[in-house]
Amino acid sequence: MRTLQCDVVVCGAGPGGSMAARYCAEGGLDTILIEKKAEIGAPLRCAEGVSKKWLQEVGIEPDPSWIRGDMKGAIIKSPQGTTFQLDESKAGAEVGYVLERHIFDKALAKKAAEAGARIMMRTSCTGVIREDGKLVGIKARSMGEEIEIRAKCVVAADGYESQVGRWAGIDTNLSLSDIDSCIQYRMCNIDVAPDYCEFVIGSVAPGGYIWIFPKGNGVANVGIGVMGRLCKGDGDAKRYLDDFIAKDPRFAKGQILEIMGGFVSTCPGLDCSVDDNIILVGDAARIIDPITGGGIAHACRTGMYAGKVLTECAKTGDFSKKALMAYEKMWRDRMEDKLYRNFMAKEKLATLDDETIDELIKMIKTADIGEVNVYNLLKAVKERFPKVVEGFEDLI
Amino acid sequence: MIVDVNRCLHCGGCVGSCPQNAIFLNDFVLEFNDDCTRCGRCVKLCPVSALSLEAKA
Repeated sequence: MRTLQCDVVVCGAGPGGSMAARYCAEGGLDTILIEKKAEIGAPLRCAEGVSKKWLQEVGIEPDPSWIRGDMKGAIIKSPQGTTFQLDESKAGAEVGYVLERHIFDKALAKKAAEAGARIMMRTSCTGVIREDGKLVGIKARSMGEEIEIRAKCVVAADGYESQVGRWAGIDTNLSLSDIDSCIQYRMCNIDVAPDYCEFVIGSVAPGGYIWIFPKGNGVANVGIGVMGRLCKGDGDAKRYLDDFIAKDPRFAKGQILEIMGGFVSTCPGLDCSVDDNIILVGDAARIIDPITGGGIAHACRTGMYAGKVLTECAKTGDFSKKALMAYEKMWRDRMEDKLYRNFMAKEKLATLDDETIDELIKMIKTADIGEVNVYNLLKAVKERFPKVVEGFEDLI
Repeated sequence: MIVDVNRCLHCGGCVGSCPQNAIFLNDFVLEFNDDCTRCGRCVKLCPVSALSLEAKA
């Protein structure tokens, strides 16, 4: 069997994997980045909306080639049709871009390649290799050939599927409350605001929401997430989305150009995302904003942190869990509070009926919130509807 | 497990949701291994109802 050697093998060339590979390679590590699919960034499993401010934090220069739309704001809508419009002047950094993921993901992989990482396409991890109990690499299938890739550390960046971590003994299982089953249509010929991302919450999407993210020229990503616990098993996500589209006149002449599925986790991250000789990043580590389901920024941050920590570990040759805990600390210091707060908000939101949601949106419309972000919205809710934030008021 | 290959979107949602890690997605092929306990979680969650425990009548 063909065996490859490297310092770090990264499984999955999404944003998290490519960032990890880039920062490992920049740190001088011999890095292999493997990707199961035949194309990086496609097929799409994402709504493509991101905020702006984190890009600089992770060393990504905004590039017009992967920015499909620069949003002016966001619209939050109740099932009764009450809307709250957030404009960029008030929404600050929460408003952002709609991406072209198939270009964005390739741009990040290209950065990894330029830093010296080797990219192996059509190569999927099929298991881990242990010798005397120690994790020493992965088994993989590369263009049909069974191979071994031996490494000092494995970075699991295999997204929602999160199988690599489980093969290595890390429990990445989710409860049904922390899974959103999603489906999205790329629709054309529709009459939606060209520069506002729209979110519809309430019974139209139990435990989740419907999104309309414009892609320009009467095209948008129209999708839905439904909480797993509230799914009945008859293709709920598609059924709810189809119902919504059928009732909204803006889609009367709409046609679907592309259908895509894709799940998100909505927990506040794994209890621990490292073990001896392995780090989990991004969706694989279940590090996703539980209320928005947004994971690109989190994947890029955790990928970068992984690369930086592994660069340090290489100096002493210590890739033990203890050494890798520096990564765990880094992401927790940066994101844990917000993840937990938004997790609690998600749990509460799933219990509210449409009337309460409508009341909340009406209240937010009239309240003077200052800069609108999830934190300030929750603060306003806490003042007027303390019951809604019961149990996590200390975080607000 | 029965996979309706004409409905499946190959999104991998069932893979990441399987408590047994018993489902594998390779491009357009969804495979179940012997660890599958037929718990039905993937059936419940599939966004397009492509999975079932028994063949549909």
